[in-house]
Amino acid sequence: MAGFEVTPFEDLPEELQELYEDMQDDLYEGLADQVVEGTRRALAMGRSPHEILTYGLVAGMDIVGEDFGAGRLFVPEVLMAAKAMKAAMEVLRPLLTQTGAPRIGTFVIGTVKGDIHDIGKNLVAMMLEGAGFEVVDLGINTDADTFIAAVREHNADLLGMSALLTTTMPYMKVVIDRLKEEGLRDKVKVLVGGAPLSEAFAEEIGADAYCEDAAVAVEVAKKFMALKRAETTPQ
Amino acid sequence: MGEQRTRPSLGTRAEVAIIVCGALAREVLALIRRHGWRVDLYALPAVLHNTPRRIPEVLAERLPQLAQKYRKVIVGYGDCGTGGRLDALLARYPNVRRLSGPHCYEMYGGEAYERQARERPGTFFLTDFLARGFRGLVWRGLGLDRYPELREDFFRHYTDLVWLAQQPDERTRQRAEDAAQRLGLPLTVIPTGYGPLEERLRYLIEDWEPEDVSENKDDTPPP
Repeated sequence: MAGFEVTPFEDLPEELQELYEDMQDDLYEGLADQVVEGTRRALAMGRSPHEILTYGLVAGMDIVGEDFGAGRLFVPEVLMAAKAMKAAMEVLRPLLTQTGAPRIGTFVIGTVKGDIHDIGKNLVAMMLEGAGFEVVDLGINTDADTFIAAVREHNADLLGMSALLTTTMPYMKVVIDRLKEEGLRDKVKVLVGGAPLSEAFAEEIGADAYCEDAAVAVEVAKKFMALKRAETTPQ
Repeated sequence: MGEQRTRPSLGTRAEVAIIVCGALAREVLALIRRHGWRVDLYALPAVLHNTPRRIPEVLAERLPQLAQKYRKVIVGYGDCGTGGRLDALLARYPNVRRLSGPHCYEMYGGEAYERQARERPGTFFLTDFLARGFRGLVWRGLGLDRYPELREDFFRHYTDLVWLAQQPDERTRQRAEDAAQRLGLPLTVIPTGYGPLEERLRYLIEDWEPEDVSENKDDTPPP
């Protein structure tokens, strides 16, 4: 991680602090053009893509997530904020790749077979990308073979599955059973989410975590990666 | 919570209460009248479905009083996206039970719903209630009046619009057609009547008997 630590926010020049706070406000209001403009301004001021992502975008989405959880913001507003972040990420993504910005883990994600609902899954994918994960988004209607192949190909640390229907959520167990058969279950943590799911269901199918919303998914994913690092770091 | 109560039963006090989602209230009331059931009916706002986690919260506020007042209480909800939280709440009340089924589409559509969902997973369903209230509950509820650009985010994977019609009439048909136009999806009408909802409600009102917990206060199961 050396070389990618960002300057503490309070140590940044006042003008820059204001710019990032403006970006957070614009993000909260879902103003994509303004967030992209703020991103370009910060880049023109010589700031690193990683810093802009951290203070301009992720910090803004954290406020959005917090207010959503508290019932102050609703799904349409969260989606507008997410679209604004996505627009800014289009600018930052190639630069983050070029600069070799830290990736804290690889996360394969998809909506399970028979299910076409992807609003929540897309939010999770974007929040994870903002948090520094390499995200492999398999889209909707994803079968077990596709999940398994992606976990193997990308050497994934985490697998996320989403379902909105009671008729499709049992397919998550099919995927988990296939992971076991393929000898991959111990290599990847499985996170599940979607409206009809619960902690009890996640436990019943053998998932590692149930994530109530996108913010929880990011926190859980970070926690698993921290545990993994602790396990693999020599004492 | 803007709760509304109607009293289809007149005269002696009813022993049975139904607390029902506003999305089912009109149809449940029609069934009560058709069968002449003596029940008290309470309705909660259908808009709770836009935040399903609120459904058990609101019912948790109402059930203690209702469960005490009535011999049995029927909850007119499915799981409705509560992820089992509603069932966990109801398990605390021996004289309270909900309609079986995951949601109203299945309660009305039964096999026809299951088949459509299985064969055409990109189907967006309407009931009479949702067709009539589409502009408010769905269009405004999803913010599409304020952010029309979100239509693509919400609906890009949908391929069909199916109206599960309880009592199809010309006015509701026009609303369903308007919904289809707004969503850019082809409309299919499947007349379902009240579907399995009627028998499930009849069973709970006429046949189901709550356990008499007063005789088992030490939690010892009966022999």
